[in-house]
Amino acid sequence: MTTSDPGTGPGGPGYGEDGPSLLSEGLSAGTPMVGFGTAGRGPRLLSGGGGRRATVVSSVSTLLVLAILVALFLAAPGSSQVRHTFFDLHDMWQSFIGNPKKGYYSVGEALWLNIRMFLVAEVLILILALVIALIRQSTGPALFPLRVLAMIYVDFFRGVPLLLVVYAVGFGIPALRVSVISSQSYAVYGVIALTLSYSAYVSEVYRAGLNSVHQSQVAAARSLGLSQSTALRYVILPQAIRNIVPPLLNDFISLQKDTALVGVLGAIEANQAAQIYGSTFFNYSSLTVAAILFLILTIPLARFTDRLIDRDRRRRLAGGVA
Amino acid sequence: MSGGLAAPEGDLAIAVESVHKSFGPNEVLSGISLAVAPHEVICLIGASGSGKSTLLRCINLLEPISSGRISLLGQDVTRPGVDANAVRRKVGIVFQSYNLFPHMTVLRNVTLAPTKALGVPRQQAEEHAGELLARFGLADKRAEYPDRLSGGQQQRVAIVRALAMQPQIMLLDEVTSALDPELVAEVLDVIRELAAGGMTMLIATHEMGFARDIANRVCFLEEGRIIEEAPPAELFTSPGDERTQRFLRRIVDAGRMQA
Repeated sequence: MTTSDPGTGPGGPGYGEDGPSLLSEGLSAGTPMVGFGTAGRGPRLLSGGGGRRATVVSSVSTLLVLAILVALFLAAPGSSQVRHTFFDLHDMWQSFIGNPKKGYYSVGEALWLNIRMFLVAEVLILILALVIALIRQSTGPALFPLRVLAMIYVDFFRGVPLLLVVYAVGFGIPALRVSVISSQSYAVYGVIALTLSYSAYVSEVYRAGLNSVHQSQVAAARSLGLSQSTALRYVILPQAIRNIVPPLLNDFISLQKDTALVGVLGAIEANQAAQIYGSTFFNYSSLTVAAILFLILTIPLARFTDRLIDRDRRRRLAGGVA
Repeated sequence: MSGGLAAPEGDLAIAVESVHKSFGPNEVLSGISLAVAPHEVICLIGASGSGKSTLLRCINLLEPISSGRISLLGQDVTRPGVDANAVRRKVGIVFQSYNLFPHMTVLRNVTLAPTKALGVPRQQAEEHAGELLARFGLADKRAEYPDRLSGGQQQRVAIVRALAMQPQIMLLDEVTSALDPELVAEVLDVIRELAAGGMTMLIATHEMGFARDIANRVCFLEEGRIIEEAPPAELFTSPGDERTQRFLRRIVDAGRMQA
């Protein structure tokens, strides 16, 4: 029996569209994570028709809605009061640049603390949540107590309001008076609290990702003689993480603004700086500034997440041919 | 059953002895026994659910057996304390649904196990993978991702991936069942070449014509047992058991084999 040259085999039709589902779930690593095009956002539920006319209609209706909202605001009896208290341009600018000599801090500068807390917490959460998820997914009988602990951890920190965790960590750990760990800054306690709380959520996202990788991938990896940990590291995790990037980013958008909760400990982050300004001058335009700054921070990540979700959807529609 | 293998067990590539396997209350293998000598090609035929795939998965230790014994290359692999990873490195298995790693290139799919399980240096593994891919007409696909390949190409890559571990036994689990008809031949050609090279193979298949061509012996399975075992010329032309006759008649009626 000799072989006919397999290289001449057909490669044209049936390009894998009807392959097994796991291969058409858009797991291809062929496309890089970033830098994709924005074309073809796909059908939207509320859009009718396309082209220039649609653009005109949508612009007009947007302006109309805005006009109605502004009119409603202006018609309210206290609107001029609110305008002065929340939207005073002078106060907004003053609170943005700050003046520590007069007892108030720059909201803009304080935001830098939020950003730093976010960045550090994000990394810690990604690590801790993965550890928790792997423990919860483990099967060995020896790990049973760890599994129970991980489950209690997740139940606990998902159930307790983040604000309470911030208080407990921020005031509790210093009260322990243990040399190093009790003398950290409030920002550090804030990061610890955020990490504890968010890791519970994110570990569940990881778990969903791990479950989304088909069992046959595990079988394929193990059948080649790869150990469980090697299979996990090179075969399962990369695919799982690919599947959970959008929900992970969603949690991180939430994390970005929840850094404001650390202000309750006295750390001068954007929200706290804005409140100090507000209670110094009885003008809350500073809070508006903080809100705008948080929006500037979160909106790019939100749009980025949208794009990833869009890309995934397109890939699935394309039947796995990336 | 023929059972005409006089070779001592140490010389057998695969020895399956009264293996039972249940999934919950469902018994899938009901005391199956099978002996495969080195360089033999055995085809397993039978309806879906007859236990063919489960048998292959048990031999590869992907499924623990309920009772019985499986020896590979003279070594009992079902006794407690066996290093399953070490066993699997000697026994390649290829699945119906290819199961390539979708996030890796073809080359990386092939080199992953040699580098991570055997500790072969990456460059050496890539050279070997390159040779294997070229041998099976896939040299120009090494940088592609699996979802860019046709089903036939994917399945050939899956075979190469298993061969890269230099296994002494290959288990093929209905490797052409998921393929479009026009892609089946290219995969069967690869298996023919392996057989010509003396690879010991246990092949679960629905391709009766192929089984007739390639097998030294064909085993007909039903309800987790080997009902009949004979050289293909004998089993396909004058099956002894009534159940084998019924199965083959259905296959012929379905137009899947010339009578």
